[in-house]
Amino acid sequence: MIEFISSWGLPAGLETLIIILVKIIAILVPLLIAVAYYTFAERKILNYFHCRVGPLHVGPRGWLTPIADAIKMMFKEIIIPSGANRTLFLLSPILAFGPAIAAWAVIPFDAELYLADTNAALLYVLALTSFSVYGIILAGWASNSKYPFLGAMRSAAQVVSYELAMGFALVGVIMAAHSLNLREIVNAQQGGFWMWFWLPLLPLFVIYFISGLAETNRPPFDLAEGESEIVAGYQVEYSGFGFGLFFMAEYANMILISMLTALMFLGGWLSPFEGIPNLEEWFAWVPGTVWLLLKTAFFMLLFLWVRATFPRYRYDQLMRLGWKILIPITIAWLIILGGAIVAGLGPWFD
Amino acid sequence: MGFEQIVFYVFSATLLFAGTMVITVRNPVHAAMFLVLAFFSSSALWLLLEAEFLAIVLVLVYVGAVMVLFLFVVMMLDINLIPLREGFMRYLPVGVMIALVVIAMMAYVVGSEFSGHSIPARHGADYNNIAELGRILYTDYVYPFELAAVILLVAIIAAISLTLRRRPMVKHQDPDAQVKVKKEDRLRVVKMDAEKNN
Amino acid sequence: MNTLGRFIKSLFLLELLRGMRLTGRYLIGKKITIIYPDEKTPQSNRFRGQHALRRYPNGEERCIACKLCEAVCPALAITIESEEREDGSRRTTRYDIDLTKCIFCGFCEESCPVDSIVETRNFEYHGEKRGDLLMTKEKLLALGDKYEQEIAADRAEDAAFR
Repeated sequence: MIEFISSWGLPAGLETLIIILVKIIAILVPLLIAVAYYTFAERKILNYFHCRVGPLHVGPRGWLTPIADAIKMMFKEIIIPSGANRTLFLLSPILAFGPAIAAWAVIPFDAELYLADTNAALLYVLALTSFSVYGIILAGWASNSKYPFLGAMRSAAQVVSYELAMGFALVGVIMAAHSLNLREIVNAQQGGFWMWFWLPLLPLFVIYFISGLAETNRPPFDLAEGESEIVAGYQVEYSGFGFGLFFMAEYANMILISMLTALMFLGGWLSPFEGIPNLEEWFAWVPGTVWLLLKTAFFMLLFLWVRATFPRYRYDQLMRLGWKILIPITIAWLIILGGAIVAGLGPWFD
Repeated sequence: MGFEQIVFYVFSATLLFAGTMVITVRNPVHAAMFLVLAFFSSSALWLLLEAEFLAIVLVLVYVGAVMVLFLFVVMMLDINLIPLREGFMRYLPVGVMIALVVIAMMAYVVGSEFSGHSIPARHGADYNNIAELGRILYTDYVYPFELAAVILLVAIIAAISLTLRRRPMVKHQDPDAQVKVKKEDRLRVVKMDAEKNN
Repeated sequence: MNTLGRFIKSLFLLELLRGMRLTGRYLIGKKITIIYPDEKTPQSNRFRGQHALRRYPNGEERCIACKLCEAVCPALAITIESEEREDGSRRTTRYDIDLTKCIFCGFCEESCPVDSIVETRNFEYHGEKRGDLLMTKEKLLALGDKYEQEIAADRAEDAAFR
């Protein structure tokens, strides 16, 4: 592909630009398809949890359902409430969707397959996930309506609180890998299943995933939507594609969190059979991207599994969990981790 | 004009525009959003200066946390803007003077700092700004750094102790106690004869 | 020990994992959905669906306008008017059931001395315009003619319990 573009004989700057654009498209198109089919998977899998069979009738065994949903959403009217702040009302879905997509720029899909290989990748992702709360707050405020505003307030406090626990969990990863670069974090986990960071960083791993649930406003932390109390929270006044963008942003964020968890705690594209005789050779032909996608799919399933299992938290319980339980545990584990690294505790830190 | 210069001028223009809008726009939420835009463009300028750590931390801390709390407060307030705009002409001379002093100070600091220096050389793509920053922070500047940390800790403790109050009359739930409860604590199974119906 | 056990239990999310194990079992378990228009649940022969008026095998309508069903109907859904026919027998001139009022209790069928008004197994009906769900005598008799075989078979099967 790159050779094909360079054969056009364009000026160097333009060529780089086109190659980057092609790479962006190569990430975005599969991502958007994944988002569409993740919504389908959610409906289907949640139905399976309920002993039901889920959507069946659009296309063969229901496989065209997300396409039908997307078409329906695109052609619906976008209603702007008369008291709403027009600019911010229209801006906020974009502010929710933009960061969810932009964060994918620094994700490495294999040892040599990435768009941007930056040293501050982890910080960049953290900054962008924290930025996605603006979409929700502004949507709630600009709607000029009670429920959206309540949802926005809840979401703002929730995301800011859980960002701390998430950041502390990431600090542990950074300490263990000696790098902020996602590629180097994965490379630091080499050596097979028991060398991946999930084991030495077990509490941080669990806390990162829990904070990820809270950060993406997923059940059991979906108080920003809380349909039994505030109908749909910040989404109440949105229709058509405005709602669609919020929806897609949520799912893109879920996939992002799943992939980050896989990269940071489950060894990314490293094969789980590394170091095991026979099995390692048998599975040597599997490309690393497949392992990464499988691990990501596991966490994506976990998002749905948690949703199917646990009831929604009450707001005070949510805050208590974030501030009084998750943050102290992360800090305690950071101290233990520091000691382990200084002592060169094998086999992870020697 | 190279690509970098174009980027620089675009983001500088955005920064100046956003900064002006922050103080002129009427709606406080719009003002806060323009401040966010200003943070973003200045972080882009820092990225151009190879200060990627500072740039991203600016977004992470100011945009991701501080401005969210700002917005939180601004949205909750019912601000009457008219009294805030009164007396603009009266305060104008003072404001202009302060602005001039600030500009003079900045010119003095920036001028003395950089007049003798040439533009620092560009580093290669594999240069790790974050590692350098960490190294300096924990060697040359370790005492100021630790001092700042202690001051922040004191501030946190002070803030907590100022707002912490025990209200003995308030009834609240204790989730630990709730989780500990067993069936035997709440339920008493009574054995009794069946009642006769005559 | 007890405190420590509880601490470990909550710290390692053991109870949450148990909950997830339970739901996980349902994830891979058998699905019980009936895909309705394609699959249907078995129906009892006592199913109480849409109403019908029956006739005797010789074509004579069974209803004798005794108005017991009208009297017993708890939802006041039945309206009957009667007159003497040319041959001297008492017959209804009007027999309306308002299906929007009907609660499908089956009392009309129970009360009928001549097994005239019955409830068929049909529950898949709809009205497209106002008045479609007001069943007149003609509509009810037509339904009775249409479903007579099924109705008779169901009644025969249930005869021992009546």
